[in-house]
Amino acid sequence: MNTAAEVKTEAVASTSTTADAPLIQVRDLAMTFDVSAPWLNRVLERRPRQLLRAVDGVSFDIPKGKTLSLVGESGCGKSTVARLLLGLYTPTRGSFTFDGQDAHAAFKTPAGNVLRRRVQMIFQDPYASLNPRWTVEAIVGEPLSEHGLITDPVALRQRVGELLVQVGLAEGDRSKYPHQFSGGQRQRISIARALATEPEFLVCDEPTSALDVSVQAQVLNIMKALQKKRELSYLFISHNLAVVRHVSDYVGVMYLGRLIEVADKATLFATPRHPYTRMLLDAIPKMHATGRARTPVQGEVPNPLNPPTGCAFNPRCPLANDRCRNERPVLHLAGTTQVACHAVEEGRG
Amino acid sequence: MTLLQVQNLVVEFPGRRGTLRALDQVSFDIAPGEILGVVGESGAGKSLTGAAIIGLLEPPGRIAGGQILLEGERIDQLDAEAMRHIRGRRIGAIFQDPMTSLNPLYTVGRQLTETILAHLPVTKAEARRRAIALLADTGIPAPEQRIDHYPHQFSGGMRQRVVIALALAAEPKLIVADEPTTALDVSIQAQIIQLLKKVCRERGAAVMLITHDMGVIAETCDRVAVMYAGRVAEIGPVHEVINHPAHPYTAGLMAAIPDPMEDREMLNQIDGSMPRINAIPTGCAFHPRCPQVFDRCHVERPELIDAGPTRAACWLRQEATV
Repeated sequence: MNTAAEVKTEAVASTSTTADAPLIQVRDLAMTFDVSAPWLNRVLERRPRQLLRAVDGVSFDIPKGKTLSLVGESGCGKSTVARLLLGLYTPTRGSFTFDGQDAHAAFKTPAGNVLRRRVQMIFQDPYASLNPRWTVEAIVGEPLSEHGLITDPVALRQRVGELLVQVGLAEGDRSKYPHQFSGGQRQRISIARALATEPEFLVCDEPTSALDVSVQAQVLNIMKALQKKRELSYLFISHNLAVVRHVSDYVGVMYLGRLIEVADKATLFATPRHPYTRMLLDAIPKMHATGRARTPVQGEVPNPLNPPTGCAFNPRCPLANDRCRNERPVLHLAGTTQVACHAVEEGRG
Repeated sequence: MTLLQVQNLVVEFPGRRGTLRALDQVSFDIAPGEILGVVGESGAGKSLTGAAIIGLLEPPGRIAGGQILLEGERIDQLDAEAMRHIRGRRIGAIFQDPMTSLNPLYTVGRQLTETILAHLPVTKAEARRRAIALLADTGIPAPEQRIDHYPHQFSGGMRQRVVIALALAAEPKLIVADEPTTALDVSIQAQIIQLLKKVCRERGAAVMLITHDMGVIAETCDRVAVMYAGRVAEIGPVHEVINHPAHPYTAGLMAAIPDPMEDREMLNQIDGSMPRINAIPTGCAFHPRCPQVFDRCHVERPELIDAGPTRAACWLRQEATV
């Protein structure tokens, strides 16, 4: 790689080169959970406070109409990022700017409802995220009446019918209950509900990992078609790199609460820079044998309560040296990829 | 000689509103040392096939027809006690969630030595020596110390290694592995699959690998059976089934899987979803979703027939050979 062209920058993502500001801007977002033992135990057993840094300084942009995917293994903090962007958690540090507006400040004010209307979500498990005692009409119509968008029951009925047709269900399905649908159909109901308030940004946390492959294809195709039609922006959270390759424009790889590589999709899959990204790509089982034996990732993700010093990946990394064990790398530009790795920076990777 | 033969296996669930047929005339066999993949979507009957073979069908489910032969001997009619001796000794089992297959109150060493002592004529000291060797073989660091640890002291990937060691403890000829990597992270998944392949090859054990992940099948198996709505839709050498599928369902399934090495604008999708077992269509169960359906598919149920290197249950193949 062209190491001479590498420019060291701050850990500020710039996935977009357009002049106007991207719709979603996240800067140095962090979420720390206090997982200490109860006060009495701490006093009696002299145990220290324990902090879990679930997300530790994450920055990225998502331009309008584009998809950023976050990938990583369990416990890397990707779902916490999703919840932060939805306002379900208040961040310990950092900011989330939506359309030029400080979202976390807005969520606390009455005006926050307008923002909530514009940011919606799709959850992983369509069996758990739909109320089994509500009809589809009540489920899909709730955001509309809750935000006071449609109050007339006849108009509401009609709008719910339209939304269902958009996601490939029938208008008549509105009087049914969730148990009358298959997993893929339920996930479409979730999408219809998310689209009800005409949001501009959808946070999708593993939307297809509970679905079978043939049904997954249906849901991914609908999500892509809707994005095109309505210029939706997606934050897509997944552990499945094949799905990520299919849906994304940009990909961010997370490891123990930090972004370690951000690049546009084509670059990331063609020339992964960070050793962890390379290992992840290598670990995907390939349908069509390439003839070469895979080298499985060595070791396991360390305990996030007690992360390694320096680069969090150093105990599993084949390129680790003393600097990696002591100094924590920050994101820097290598070509068009932002990567947090000393080895790449020094040209050892 | 084949190690395991499953012939026209039928599994039924009697209920108040009539009997549901969950497996319908399933037939396949496994040769010694072979890895057979069984793939299908949820509800296709793949796990049920595994449960029927190891004699762990949950009541009221029962084998209502066909037979299962292990090394030429029928095992589908054995009583619970006889089946218990076969499980462990001749057929090992690995399940999806490693935490539920291990007893949280016993050390892994006790669970391993107990299994070895129950099935093999060895002394206690010898059993412990073997248990340590098994843990070492399955890639657990410092097995001499780890043998006295409890399951909760292991991580998910390490626990699944212990489960594999446990399944191999009595040196069975066949391992039934039901979604052994589904609960694990991608990087750990690759480690476990390689391990399973290696230890089974070293011991000459055959594996029936049940999974919904076609990538895992492609990398691991010799042959694969594709199941749909309680029947085998296609069976054959794994690379033939993946690259030249003979059944339209297999073809649709392969095209629906996003390929990590390739960019596509839209994925091919199979419209609709798999029928529930109380509403299986007449004729070929796939016909309402099949892009190449014709008259015969509506009325007559196809059996597995030769379709080049694979066998497929599809009338298109019949027409092609006539």
